[in-house]
Amino acid sequence: MKNYIKILALSSVFLAACEAELENPIEDGGVYTSGSADFSNYVAVGNSLTSGYADGALYITGQENSFPNILAGQFALVGGGEFTQPLVNDNLGGLLANGNQITENRFVLTVDAQGNPAPARLSGTPTTEIGNILTGPFNNMGVPGAKSFHLIAPGYGNIAGVSAGAANPYFVRFASSPNATVIEDAAAQSPSFFSLWIGNNDILSYATSGGVGVDQTGNLNPASYGSNDITDPNVFASVYSQEVNALSASASGGVLFNIPDVTSIPFFTTVPNNALVLDASQAASLTGFFQAVAGIFIQGAIQQGVPAAQAQALGAQYAIQFNPGPNRFIIDVPVTQTNPLGFRQMTENELLLLTINQGALRTQGYGSVALSPEVLQVLGKLQQGGTPTPQEAGLVLAAVNGIDDKDALDTSELSAIATAQAAYNATISGIAQANGLALVDARATLQQLANGGISYDAGTLTSTFATGGAFSLDGVHPTPRGYAYLANLAIDAINSTYGSTVPKVNIGDYNTITASQAN
Amino acid sequence: MHFISLLIINILFLIMRKILLASLFLLASATTFAGGYRVGLQGQRALAMGHTGVAYVNTAELAFFNPAGLVYLENKLNVSAGGFGVFSSVAWQNENTGQYAKTDSPMGTPFYLYGSYAATEWMSLGLAVYTPYGSTVEWPTDWAGSHLVNNIELAAIFIQPLVSLKINDVMSIGGGPIFVTGNVNFNRNANRTLTDLDGNRSNITVDDSGVTNWGWSLGALFNVTDSFRIGAHYRSEIILESTEGTATFADFPNSPLTPSNGETSFQASLPLPAELTVGLSYDCEKWVFNFDYTRTFWDVYEDLDIIFGNGRESINPRNYDNSSIYKFGVGYAPSDKFTLRAGYYYDQTPIKSGYFAPETPRNDSNGFTAGLSYDISNSFAIDASFLYVRFKEINESYDYVDDGSSFGGTYKSSAFIPGVGLTYKL
Repeated sequence: MKNYIKILALSSVFLAACEAELENPIEDGGVYTSGSADFSNYVAVGNSLTSGYADGALYITGQENSFPNILAGQFALVGGGEFTQPLVNDNLGGLLANGNQITENRFVLTVDAQGNPAPARLSGTPTTEIGNILTGPFNNMGVPGAKSFHLIAPGYGNIAGVSAGAANPYFVRFASSPNATVIEDAAAQSPSFFSLWIGNNDILSYATSGGVGVDQTGNLNPASYGSNDITDPNVFASVYSQEVNALSASASGGVLFNIPDVTSIPFFTTVPNNALVLDASQAASLTGFFQAVAGIFIQGAIQQGVPAAQAQALGAQYAIQFNPGPNRFIIDVPVTQTNPLGFRQMTENELLLLTINQGALRTQGYGSVALSPEVLQVLGKLQQGGTPTPQEAGLVLAAVNGIDDKDALDTSELSAIATAQAAYNATISGIAQANGLALVDARATLQQLANGGISYDAGTLTSTFATGGAFSLDGVHPTPRGYAYLANLAIDAINSTYGSTVPKVNIGDYNTITASQAN
Repeated sequence: MHFISLLIINILFLIMRKILLASLFLLASATTFAGGYRVGLQGQRALAMGHTGVAYVNTAELAFFNPAGLVYLENKLNVSAGGFGVFSSVAWQNENTGQYAKTDSPMGTPFYLYGSYAATEWMSLGLAVYTPYGSTVEWPTDWAGSHLVNNIELAAIFIQPLVSLKINDVMSIGGGPIFVTGNVNFNRNANRTLTDLDGNRSNITVDDSGVTNWGWSLGALFNVTDSFRIGAHYRSEIILESTEGTATFADFPNSPLTPSNGETSFQASLPLPAELTVGLSYDCEKWVFNFDYTRTFWDVYEDLDIIFGNGRESINPRNYDNSSIYKFGVGYAPSDKFTLRAGYYYDQTPIKSGYFAPETPRNDSNGFTAGLSYDISNSFAIDASFLYVRFKEINESYDYVDDGSSFGGTYKSSAFIPGVGLTYKL
């Protein structure tokens, strides 16, 4: 019996030795090199884009496909160590604070009764209670919603500050102490390598709110900023360099990402500003309506003592001409002396938000005119040469149903965003260069995705909403495939900066959006 | 004497039936190591000599290699039975992405059982049970090529009654109808990315057993001189058409945009290709030299198309080429009780470049064989053999994934196959 066991043991050793063995196995290391970088302890710092946030929520499979986690998987081939992430509790994605849901569940692609696909929030009660503080540290220090200056703000992970908006529920979950800053917790891990992608929200929250916030350029005190404001570029430059310095202290290297254009994100490019499609008679009647508006305005102005020529000149802007086919929507703007009625037609480059009520655009005259029977009656009277009463004139003016500020980015808002973004990106590339860090030009990449796309082994990745493959159903955050592409860009930048040969992933292996009924 | 022989044959039949009932398939599945899913392990003595035997008159192994020779066996009753342990593995990696994987296939155990009975001086009857086709490959679940295969288990058992006729002193013929029963279990992921809400990869399993069909084989043997023989043997193609099995769709998301989870029917057919072997055998005192050439008509395997009962289908082009095996063997008997054997074969792959799929990842191979027989008594001998199959490392790909992508990398296979059997003659 003993002999038998010996023989068995011997033969199993023999057979294990007989396993197929490649000449140069990746598994045994030695195929790839790390160059001058040390990937043994990689720490990723940033906002939602670092955390793996997608589809309007942070959920487990999204986190598993975060770009830092994908990067860490490749770093493992060149000496990278374990990469930990503060995983949430489920794949619904919503957060609870004391049992009350404080953030929404993720989007999924549903199909309605008519067979039309559309994004919808997944129903169900989430199970991620922010009061259950995780024991870190975590290599992935991505905090959804964080702006540049939040990373160095003490108390950003203090649960007591969440309801007032002074703290971030995502950071609460894994801050080492209520007063710890994100950067402190990251630096305390003595990263040998880091990534930093921050600053997106310093313009993006302004943009996604339709520019209802304030451009704080010139205000150097971020404590006084509202949540939808644009961060002053000098504030950004100052905190960004502090952050890079803190992370660089222990690191052999790092990779920085710059800030993409809002105009390359489907959240702003999906709903066209000229979706007011009219036939010939609709165009004629809408043109007639706005001629009536112009006429009423001119008459009223003259009655109020405005010289006729000036009244004519001012009123002419409201006699908007509509043509058969697509026409740009009407947008509300602040009332000024030159635009006393406070509306105009959108210009070519102005953007509508994905969150706009598209049903109202299609059926309720949102972005043009809300015609009631009463208004039609007044219009009929005008057509027959009648003079409307002041009340009737008021009815016509009130029927103009311009798009609200919160649903659109107008020229001045876009220019405020672009100015700040350009300043941030100048800071980022300057700091990358000064510190010998790798830089990913996320801006150029997203432009490429929006203009023609990027081909991969089974098609083309584009920024088209839902079908393009790069962006998740919130229209802002990438899909796993989009994150995989970002990871590849980081690998390119790292390899060329540090002389390493980290292999890239095949982005075709990564998922895009998830189809599922909502409940 | 006659009575005893008949009794033994009867018992043999009974045992066979019983074994069959006891689900032979557990035994029959073997990791493929010959071209495609051919498993060339049909006798200890033949295998030890490079799997030659179409012109070698020695034991009941002729029932497989060339039934025409059975009539020349000296004894009234001849039985050969045995099995093999197939230890094989495949390593894969893709240096572009850093992905790698290795199969963890269970030991395959192909077997054979042959018997012949000399009814008259010019006619022998026989029976053969053997497992010439099969494949068991287990990749790690959800590995990089899981959209092509997670695991596959394929087995076919051939059962063949035989008659062998001596036409004259120079020539004999032999053959018989073949009954095949096969089974298949094949799991792969739906594609490279589809998952349910929790990230479980959507996958499909097809499973069928007891798929049967008929074929035949016919051989001829020529005694050129007392010590020099030439043989030829043709085994027909047999197509296994699976129509009664179940396909199980699992971990698909709950959406009208994707297939529903659950069982459905499927239809698929798998060809077991025809094979023609010609060869010669030369006896010289204590020595024997064999050479066989086998042509396998793999061009019948054009595609593996699975049509599901839920309206989905999976189209997988294969476009195999006909392929050749060149086999050499030598035997030496230093004493009355011992015989030593050795052999070599070169096995050409039927797989075209660009069609290299990980469910049968086989390139050209070199087989090195050795073995011995020891006569325990006048009637019984123990046979043992060993085969090492050496594959070159190869860079290959499957370029016909239905999303338009290609799956490839560097493959390296190896197989070690010890075998043991018994020979009985009366």
